[in-house]
Amino acid sequence: MTNHDDDSERGGISRRHALECMIWAGTGVLWTMSGGVPVSLNLLGAAQAAEAMTTGFTFLQISDSHIGFDKAANPHAIDTLKEAMGKIQALPQKPAFMIHTGDITHLSKAAQFDNAAEIIGGAGFDVHYVPGEHDVIDDDNGKAYLDRYGKGTKGAGWYSFEQNGVHFVGLVNVVNLKAGGLGNLGPEQLAWLADDLKAVSASTPIVVFAHIPLWAIYPEWGWGTDDAAQALSLLKGFGSVTVLNGHIHQIMQKVEGNVTFHTARSTAFPQPAPGTAASPGPMTVPAGQLRGLLGTSSVAVKQGGQELAIIDSTLA
Amino acid sequence: MIRFPTRPLVGPLAALGLAMVAPAPLQAADAQVVKIDNFTFTPAALTVKPGTTVTFENDDDIPHLVVANDGAFRSKALDTGDTYAFTFTKAGDFAYYCGLHPHMQGKITVAP
Ligand SMILES: [Cu+2]
Repeated sequence: MTNHDDDSERGGISRRHALECMIWAGTGVLWTMSGGVPVSLNLLGAAQAAEAMTTGFTFLQISDSHIGFDKAANPHAIDTLKEAMGKIQALPQKPAFMIHTGDITHLSKAAQFDNAAEIIGGAGFDVHYVPGEHDVIDDDNGKAYLDRYGKGTKGAGWYSFEQNGVHFVGLVNVVNLKAGGLGNLGPEQLAWLADDLKAVSASTPIVVFAHIPLWAIYPEWGWGTDDAAQALSLLKGFGSVTVLNGHIHQIMQKVEGNVTFHTARSTAFPQPAPGTAASPGPMTVPAGQLRGLLGTSSVAVKQGGQELAIIDSTLA
Repeated sequence: MIRFPTRPLVGPLAALGLAMVAPAPLQAADAQVVKIDNFTFTPAALTVKPGTTVTFENDDDIPHLVVANDGAFRSKALDTGDTYAFTFTKAGDFAYYCGLHPHMQGKITVAP
């Protein structure tokens, strides 16, 4: 694995190589979305990227904290979440708010939700949550999650909100899963989404976030959403759509037309790259490598523009 | 990648231990185990006699949840080492899947 900590070294590399660096080294490569095409910080120019950071606002994505997980891949998932929150609090530019793309807890237990709320809430940011499948396995099929985070949401916990001219949509694709299927949004949520987007102008940047990826990353491991195509067809007419997911505990990015897809790291444990292991289960790595595979994502929104920049940072 | 295979296998071993006390012909009919490992039910297809108790045992480092396609049974979330037992009294095919990872599927056939 190559280390690309050095900015001057990053400056000369090709876009393809930069994407590899983002995936494998992940030391904070900055991407900015311009007309649906991601341009790395270095290709765009540091000045423009800095402007995006300072004239707009940033929000922070955290995912898959799995509070309660204590297996070999990371016996202290609670500690790495604390480390992640410490890094977020130390950021020079404070995020406007945070989103959590699910798997807050490992087993939907009250104490796990409480611990997560204390650690994440302790940083003092507004946090917008969507549930992961691990958050809806209480005996009441998701009541534990909705009791805590369901206020002002519809159905299993979906909702939208506006911030600084950006339309955010939090979707739930982890309930009513069908035998043999993948993630599932369901007709009720899709109808709500169609209605929600009616009031949004085509030039408004849209950020959609959900737990399971809304693109077929690796269906053999369940890494996709059965009815995502219906949601994406509703988003076709908009100039800039960014889809943020978790679930796979590693960074993946894809651009398709007006839509940029990005998955974030976990703060708890890494999972193998698609097809490289017998199963997608937690990947145990030597202790010294763990924090290089955990992390968070920061998204910068340039004021008055459609450009979003995503910075992935590890805990290393 | 390093794995530490140190998980306890208490539940099913105890079940097997009990079965071994019983006369040999009853063993297969009374108790069967489906292991969950690497996001796979093993055996994926199992034929049992009516009245058989099937124990699902999670050997993965991630929880799974056993759900019958027709809703006939549903486990709680099974953490590592947890088991779920269901006694099949009626003859027929019972397809099931994991409620957390629905691409995981299996089938119990109950036949006299
Ligand atoms: Cu499962």
